[in-house]
Formats: sequence, structure tokens, C-alpha cells
Amino acid sequence: MRLTQGQFSFLPDLTDDEIKQQITYALNQGWAVAVESTDDPHPRNIYWDMWGTPMFDIADAAGVMMEINACRKANKGKYIKVLAFDSQKGFESVRMSFIIDRPAEEKGFELIRSEGPGRKVDYTIRSYATEKPAGARY
Amino acid sequence: MQDVAVRSVTEVASDGVITDKKLRYKSGVLKYKQMGYWDPDYEVKETDILAAFRITPQDGVDPEEAAAAVAGESSTATWTVVWTDRLTDCDGYRAKAYRVDPIPGAPDQFMAYIAYDLDLFEEGSIANLTASIIGNVFGFKPLKGLRLEDMRIPTAYLKTFQGPATGIIVERERLNNYGRPLLGATMKPKLGLSGRNYGRVVYEALKGGLDFTKDDENINSQPFMHWRDRFLYCMEGVNKATAETGEIKGTYLNVTAATMEDMYERAEFAKELGSVIIMIDLVIGYTAIQSMAKWARKNDMILHLHRAGHSTYTRQKSHGVSFRVIAKWMRMAGVDHIHAGTVVGKLEGDPNVIRGIYDTCRETYVPKRLEHGVLFDQPWASLKKLMPVASGGIHAGQMHQLLTYLGDDVVLQFGGGTIGHPQGIQAGAVANRVALETMVKARNEGMDIWNEGPEILAKAAKWCGPLRAALDTWKDVTFDYASTDSVDYVPTPTPAF
Repeated sequence: MRLTQGQFSFLPDLTDDEIKQQITYALNQGWAVAVESTDDPHPRNIYWDMWGTPMFDIADAAGVMMEINACRKANKGKYIKVLAFDSQKGFESVRMSFIIDRPAEEKGFELIRSEGPGRKVDYTIRSYATEKPAGARY
Repeated sequence: MQDVAVRSVTEVASDGVITDKKLRYKSGVLKYKQMGYWDPDYEVKETDILAAFRITPQDGVDPEEAAAAVAGESSTATWTVVWTDRLTDCDGYRAKAYRVDPIPGAPDQFMAYIAYDLDLFEEGSIANLTASIIGNVFGFKPLKGLRLEDMRIPTAYLKTFQGPATGIIVERERLNNYGRPLLGATMKPKLGLSGRNYGRVVYEALKGGLDFTKDDENINSQPFMHWRDRFLYCMEGVNKATAETGEIKGTYLNVTAATMEDMYERAEFAKELGSVIIMIDLVIGYTAIQSMAKWARKNDMILHLHRAGHSTYTRQKSHGVSFRVIAKWMRMAGVDHIHAGTVVGKLEGDPNVIRGIYDTCRETYVPKRLEHGVLFDQPWASLKKLMPVASGGIHAGQMHQLLTYLGDDVVLQFGGGTIGHPQGIQAGAVANRVALETMVKARNEGMDIWNEGPEILAKAAKWCGPLRAALDTWKDVTFDYASTDSVDYVPTPTPAF
């Protein structure tokens, strides 16, 4: 399966040049860019591992790309996404989020149904990847 | 000039306000201006509720007197003088028409500005606010037509309302979805599908790439599909699609019903099933909407509002309530989504009017912009933002126009434009999602999507078959009709009346 979280998952994987253009857009809006990685892409896993703090003080896309490449080197074969944080009043939240790296084989999720009374079903979604302990998943 | 009412107080010659108390409160009928409902020197207070009405007086009726009559009938007045006014602070409670402007291009119409004291209204109640502002006055005989064009709600009054249960920011955080419009589709056919077949359409559309699917306004609990059945099958579709894509998905389960008790029962069941969103129709009424908004805040539920019925009173410029005002009331009432127009689709929507409505939903401060129909500065006092929904006759080929007109914080809803795709529902969803992501990416890269949009889409269609099929199917579909609700505005200073 292809995990389709984020802004651009339905497009062909972004090239470094394309990633850089999106980062430039974010920086031009005054947003701080961040990089995060995970080996558990469950849709409700909000807190991926941060690669340092959001880069509040890096104003050029080339500098951000250096951090991205460092994160990639340390997290080969995992999911990596780029985020942009907006501190402006009325937003104070994430304004962009797109996946830039993904494992060669994406294992996906199991839908577990637990039947209850009145035809009610409780649903649980489980990442196949998390069958293995952290560090041994991809 | 003909008077608004036939008067028996013949000794009063002047048109102006009568300051002599004995004369003023003598039994009989006076002009509204004489009673004190017209005050061109009135200084608007920061806490006043302001309303702008488009008035069309009957032939021969003085516009200032007509404006005063609207102020009177929407506040303290009745048709005749009553001595019991003198038991109250009646000068304070009286609404004041303080300005009347001619409307460019409409010689028989005028814009009347009226100020209402804060104490005329119950805190946190749209029902009470509207019972005054649009209560009796719209049937008033001396007017041919009356339209509430805009309102200014002061911070003091706004802060008595909950506002959107969730708001745009928190909705996005819950859905883990940022930086692009959300995508939705209304299930079609609107009526007749069984629960099982209905859930199939939900699943296919979500699996294909949409974020949301939606019940239509008139799907409640009919013989062909009762509500529990629909909810159960829909949630199977939602969860299956979530597991297969890794994205949080939702379907607006319409809980509209005959009574509050029924609506609460359906909403509770939606919550038990783990739905992230429920839906109501505007026709349930303001009080029911506010009740559901409180329930939604308490239960972490996104609340979608379908504006069923609004065109009966929002569409004609001469009479009714503008949708700008309805949107304002709904942000106060506390819904999270509202259908707010598409500009390019099949339903009414002048670009400037739509802009004014979207600003009203999404901005923290909306400045007066006459060209958008926004007649007052409106600070929103930290009430959350209301997500506009664009729905009705839109398709992937319009993506550059939709993104340019409507921006990122909007739900683009392609019902027919998903389900009617020649290769199936999933392909329809893929086409919409690819068109959307392509256009957002191009915009962020600095491309001129307004002019280059069609080429950008054509390029993506080279590698995306479903998008190619969508563009081929709908390329010539436009809905190019004149708007009935446009803004009457000339970019020159309006002469004082």
C-alpha cells in the first residue's frame, strides 16, 4: 500500500529540487520548517520523531535541505515528512505537511473488527510494522 | 409625501422627533421619526449591534421615515403611542436609524443603518437576536421589500456565544491534514440507496482519496434506509478506507430529525461508532443548531451544517437576509462547516459576494469592504474559524479556479464529479485528489495557476489516467449565468443622503 498522508502523496515522489521549492514557499510565508521521521505511520500516530526543533532561525531553503539530508542519513528506510509551523495568531499550528521519504515496501495496516451487540462493530487499526519492536521495523 | 400611518395627532406639524414629552406620549399615532427612531446625529457605541437593511419604500414613502419604521418595528415600537413607554428607559431601548444612503443603480432602494443597544438582546441566543432583527418587520406594509444586508456584532455580544465547536485549526489537527483544501463528496443518488449500497459509495470515494463523504440534506431515516443502518454501513466504509490509506477519513452522518431527542440519539450513536463528524441541516432552526453545537463541543465532534432552505430568503436582493448574515449567525451559533458557495459551480455565487462570505467564515478580523458586500468592520473576538464548504456542480477541471477563488481552508465537494466518473468512484476520487495536489504544488512553486491551470492539469493527466478521463468528460461544463445576488457598489464616494 501507499501511505497517502500529507499534501502530495498522490503525486510522483518529490525530487530534491521540488522539495526545496516547497520549503521556499513556507519560508516566504514566515513559517518555520521542521523534519520528522517514523517507523509507525498509523494514522493516529501524531508525534513522529522530531529532527531537532523546528528550524525557526534558518531562513534559506538550502540550509533546511542540509538538515533534511542529515535526517535522511540517520533514518534510512523510514517515513520522513516536512512540516511548516505558523506562529501567527489565529493559526498557531501546522500549515504544511508532506512526506518526502518512505520505505521501499510499505506494510500498511490491519483493520480489526470486534463485533458487539446490535450489529455494532468496534474498529481498531493496527500498523503491521509495529509487530516488530522499534528499530527493527523497516 | 404619504405617511407611514394615518395620524390623528394633527397638532404635530414637524417631521422631527418630538421633544415635548406631553405631546410625544399623547394617545394616537405618530410618525416613527417623530417617535425618535431616526437620529442622524446618533453616535454609534462600541457595544451597539448594527444592522444595514436594504429598504424599498412604497411609492411616496420618505426613505428616512421608512428607515425609522424598520428601527421601530425591530425594537420597541408598535403602531400607536403607548404611555407605558414612560415606565422604561425608552430612549435607550429605542433602536436608532442613523444613516440612509441611496443605492447605486437602484433608484427606489436605500441602505438604512440602524443601531441597537446591547441590552435589547439575550446573551448567547441567535433566536432572540433574530426575533428582533428579522422578527415582525419583514412584513411591514409601508415597505415593498426589505433585506438584511449585513450586521456588526460587537465584541461584548460575540463573547456570549460559544462559536464553532471545533474550528478550522483544531479540525485540521484532528484530521492530521494540512496545507491543502479538504476533499469531499456528497453521496448520490441523494435518495433510494439501501444502507449496504450507500456504504459502498462511501468506501469507494474515501478509498480513492477523498477525506470526507457526506449525507445529503434530505437523507434522514426513510423507508429505503433507516438511520442506524446507514450509520453502521458508513462507518464500515470509513474504517476500511482509513486502514487502506493510512489517512483519517470521515463521513458526515446527518442527524437531522423531527425532535431534539431524536437528534441527540443519532448523534450519540455516531459518537459511539467513532465518527469524527456529524451533520445537521439549517432547516432544524437556530435553537436546535445551537444545541447541537454545544453537544458537538462537549463530545469532540466536528459539526457540519448544510444550508438547506437558505435560498428561499438569501437569493433575491430586494427582500430577505443576505447569506453573509446567515454565515455570521452560524459562526456565532457554533457550527464547524457551512456550505458557502463555489463561484464556478451550479449554484448562485457572485465572486465578490462569495469572497465576503468566506472572509466572514474564516478571518479573525473582517474589515469593511463595500465591493464584497461587507458593510461594517467585524472583529471576531477569538471565536473559532468556520470552514466553508464548496459544493454543487464542481469538477476537477476547475481546480485552478477553485483554489484561486477559495484558498486552502475550504472543503471542496465533488459529488457528481466523483461518483459520475466514467471509470468508477475510486477513479473519480483519484482524479480530484491528483488535480488538487498538482495545483497546490504548482501554486506553491510560484506558477500562475489562474492562467496556466488548464496546462498544469493537462500535464498531470498525462501520467494520471483517471484525471485524463475526468477532464475529457467534463471539460466543457460551466454554469455561466448572471448572479441574482451581486453587490451594488460603485468605487466612488457615496453621496450623503
